[in-house]
Amino acid sequence: MASPNGFTPDQVARYARHLILPEVGGKGQRKLMGTSVLLLGAGGLGSPAGLYLAAAGIGKIGVVDFDDVDASNLQRQILHGVEDIGRPKTESAADRLQSMNPDVEVVGIREHLNSTNALDVFKDYDIVVDGTDNFPTRYLANDAAHFLGKPLVHGAIFRFEGQVSLFDSAHGTPCYRCLHPEPPPPGASPSCAEAGVFGVLPGIVGSLMAFETIKKILGIGESLGGRLLLFDGLDMQFRELKLRKNPRCVLCGENPTVTQLIDYEQFCGVPSYEPSEQASA
Amino acid sequence: MALVRIPGPLRTLSQGDSTVELKASDLRQAIEELDSRYPGFKDRLLDPSGNLRQFVNVYLNDEDVRFSGGLDAKLDPKDEVSIIPAVAGG
Repeated sequence: MASPNGFTPDQVARYARHLILPEVGGKGQRKLMGTSVLLLGAGGLGSPAGLYLAAAGIGKIGVVDFDDVDASNLQRQILHGVEDIGRPKTESAADRLQSMNPDVEVVGIREHLNSTNALDVFKDYDIVVDGTDNFPTRYLANDAAHFLGKPLVHGAIFRFEGQVSLFDSAHGTPCYRCLHPEPPPPGASPSCAEAGVFGVLPGIVGSLMAFETIKKILGIGESLGGRLLLFDGLDMQFRELKLRKNPRCVLCGENPTVTQLIDYEQFCGVPSYEPSEQASA
Repeated sequence: MALVRIPGPLRTLSQGDSTVELKASDLRQAIEELDSRYPGFKDRLLDPSGNLRQFVNVYLNDEDVRFSGGLDAKLDPKDEVSIIPAVAGG
């Protein structure tokens, strides 16, 4: 039975530490419960991000991933366990998120994102959280979020280092293409599988992504819009760089040349990912 | 001496060093100096016509040099140059 403030006794108990914070409170918690977040990738970054978003009581979480759980994922992808090896990550993730918080509606989307389905997948969600592991999907996510006017929480990792930002180009911030106009040529940047990744690194970066997502929903604090946060785990240092909106940005600038979604694997002429690595290193 | 921060993906070129101190009056000279110490940097950072490659960003302190003088940006001894590559791991 719902109490006068709209929360069930279970919810009052579950969200007590949020409800007592003036920055969240009942109003903020209701916002979280009324928001939908699309998680791209249930891998290293998507695991902690998804867990904290579910724990925070986000109303609906969509999880896009085409992979099955592999033993080599378990060193860092904390959504999945030994018993999940061989299962689709969307199913494993949905079970784990649901067991963490049964209030959350979890929608598994077992698809490769591409130029034909991205807008359709994105349109039902308020915020997109990018934890993918390849450039073509990152550009697709950036462009689709821009076309639909949705904020995109960006995180990326390499070995011991990570980057976090928030792109909301429809509302004045730079986008990913303001920073990197075009993807690097294939082979210029090794994948996690080739380069290795320190297991706890995505725990830090994915948690920061959840933090930014929740702040954005609540409208509190200073967002990472227009800033790129760099984390170096070996030096244990955070640094921050300014991101400028590029007036000549090919997507969000004054004379955009990117006016529809691009499948970069075709553009580059080589496959952009190994089937077992899509969206989840 | 300006400090150049080398990101993980380029540390194979710098023999693992994460920072390099070098003397240069502008960014172009800094890249030349970096390349003379660790061959290969110029090719990774500049295209054949000598401009910054699109997928590499170079920051002078906390500003993108594309918006603050490009390769001609002057370097002071206490400046920090950061190379920010596009990374996609997740």
